[in-house]
Amino acid sequence: MARATDTPVVIEARGVEKTFRVPRHRVDTLKERALHPLARGEYRELHALKGVSFEVRQGEFFGIVGRNGSGKSTLLKILSSIYRADGGRIRMAGRLAPFIELGVGFNPELTSRENVVLNGVMMGLSRRESQRRLDAVLDFAELREFADLKLKNYSSGMLVRLAFAVMVEADADIMLVDEVLAVGDAAFAQKCMDVFRAKREGGKTLVLVTHDMATVQGLCDRAMLLHDGELRYAGEPEETALRYYRLNFGGVNGGAGAGDVPDVNVHVVHARLANARGERVENVEQGEPIGIDVVFEARHELESPVFGFHVVNADGVPLFGFNRALAGGEDRVAAGGRVRIAGTIENPLLPGRYFVSCMVSRNRTQGDLALHVLRLLEFVVYGTRPGPGSVSVKADVEAKGG
Amino acid sequence: MSDAALQLRDVRGPGALGGGRRRALELLYLIAVTEFRRSYLGTALGYLWSLARPLLLFAVLLAVFTQAFDLGDRVRHYPMLLLFNIVLFGFFQEATTQAVSSIVSQESVVRKTQFPRLVIPLAVVLTSLFNLAVNLVVVLAFLLVAGIEPTWTWLLFPLVLALLLVLTTAVATILAALYPRYRDTAIIWSVAATALFYGTPVLYPLDIVSERLRDLISLNPLTPLFELARKWVVDPDAPGPATVGNGTAWLLVPAAIVVAVCALAVWVFKREAPRIAEEL
Repeated sequence: MARATDTPVVIEARGVEKTFRVPRHRVDTLKERALHPLARGEYRELHALKGVSFEVRQGEFFGIVGRNGSGKSTLLKILSSIYRADGGRIRMAGRLAPFIELGVGFNPELTSRENVVLNGVMMGLSRRESQRRLDAVLDFAELREFADLKLKNYSSGMLVRLAFAVMVEADADIMLVDEVLAVGDAAFAQKCMDVFRAKREGGKTLVLVTHDMATVQGLCDRAMLLHDGELRYAGEPEETALRYYRLNFGGVNGGAGAGDVPDVNVHVVHARLANARGERVENVEQGEPIGIDVVFEARHELESPVFGFHVVNADGVPLFGFNRALAGGEDRVAAGGRVRIAGTIENPLLPGRYFVSCMVSRNRTQGDLALHVLRLLEFVVYGTRPGPGSVSVKADVEAKGG
Repeated sequence: MSDAALQLRDVRGPGALGGGRRRALELLYLIAVTEFRRSYLGTALGYLWSLARPLLLFAVLLAVFTQAFDLGDRVRHYPMLLLFNIVLFGFFQEATTQAVSSIVSQESVVRKTQFPRLVIPLAVVLTSLFNLAVNLVVVLAFLLVAGIEPTWTWLLFPLVLALLLVLTTAVATILAALYPRYRDTAIIWSVAATALFYGTPVLYPLDIVSERLRDLISLNPLTPLFELARKWVVDPDAPGPATVGNGTAWLLVPAAIVVAVCALAVWVFKREAPRIAEEL
């Protein structure tokens, strides 16, 4: 997925710094200020960003990940010109539209027609252009017949659709998106993904702030990891995700310092595919059962682990999957212990390219993720009976004349 | 995307007009127009209501000042002068009062989009200006019905209006910028606006005020505007601000105040604009 390496740089950040001064005792009124003129000094300094540098190239999908409080949303707000950086320099090329939240600036008292035009202008379109795109937005949101309804009478689903349509049709060169995918249901999330993929085909640049490593690995070309306001890594999404997990599971402080990352909790010893006869294979014939053989090793003790597998198509869409807990006996894996997951899976896949992703979580009830590998296995199903979709299932139907 | 668009440009962060002048103007216009339309289409009687308010205030004040006091006999065209002044001052009061909390009430927009901050108070002023324009049409009808002869000096009135607009905008901007940080701005201003209402020749013309008070009221930058409006529109025989005050030179004081307020507005807003999102 290495692409966009030779296109021009469209976002360049050099040593961006941001410090918030959090008053210990908020002085909100003139009286308090007059009575406590020295209270001014009572600030706690919060270094949200400590000199972050990176660049994003045109047509790239760039992920910004980090734990809560790592400074990623602050960075996005600085890139969006909502906050001002205290130090460093940011340069950008092209028209930028930030989406910190869907539907910001919607006025419930106005009709969706009026809101769409207003929002378009807020996103940087001219009034005429915004007016021109009105139809496209309403069509995308499938809300044409409600165009003259006041927004306060909309359902929340309609609002989300409208907000998303505005964002899609704003057609900015650079989109800055903060966890927008977190709203809405699975179908909506899927629609977001489709739109983002289409945007990438159109050469748009997207900067995405997220917690969701599956999104980073599935969508981003490159990603960076922020921790305590510092840049820990920028580069391959897989590596970024891995380091993110290390930070999350590597102890309270997330390691001793930059560059010194502790071990992951779980690592993959091997992952193999096999055919029906148990011979190791790289690809699978259509209709033949898929044999898998995966061995994990726990670096630290794993309490109540769950091992989940997804079979994903080439577009990153999960097709089916299964979870396994440890069978029988003790429900934990000692440090250094190994777990083998092996067996055969029915193969309904049509010819094409597929991936197996896996997730290991511990403490089943809390769902702590210990490992997430998006592409544990990659294989091709070969055969001569293609069909619609990705899987074929038994269909006991017949067609009769008359 | 053309190569020209790929030129890297510095991102300077949020500002009064962040995101370009053209976009700011378009937003200003759109917000003011929709807000204006909404205030008129929102209620059953719509437009009549926004007219009813100054007219009712006018009726009450007229009753008080002609019946309880004898201003009606001492001032020529007093009812028309009163109506005219109420509408003009109403604009100043409405725009400034609503501007105070305007940025805070637009919190989500300020904190979550790249929105030119200055547009918010300016839109409030512009909406009030639309209201004023509608009210002035009605006042004009009243003036003509009351038998006031149009004179060529009516053409000078837009000058007064322009000065009033400048002063109103400056005050509105200062108030809007200060409120997120000092929440008592709202309370102070509600008192100050009332004080200004009585400290400006709205209910009375300046020439009937006692000598001592007159000096004080003459310092008010709104005073010469109302006196000019009176002379140019309602009563050509009125003395005018220079005559009734202490001469033309004295007018430099309110003029200097206007300039100072404008300079203060620019300074305060420039200073506060980049960090307003963090103060909310």
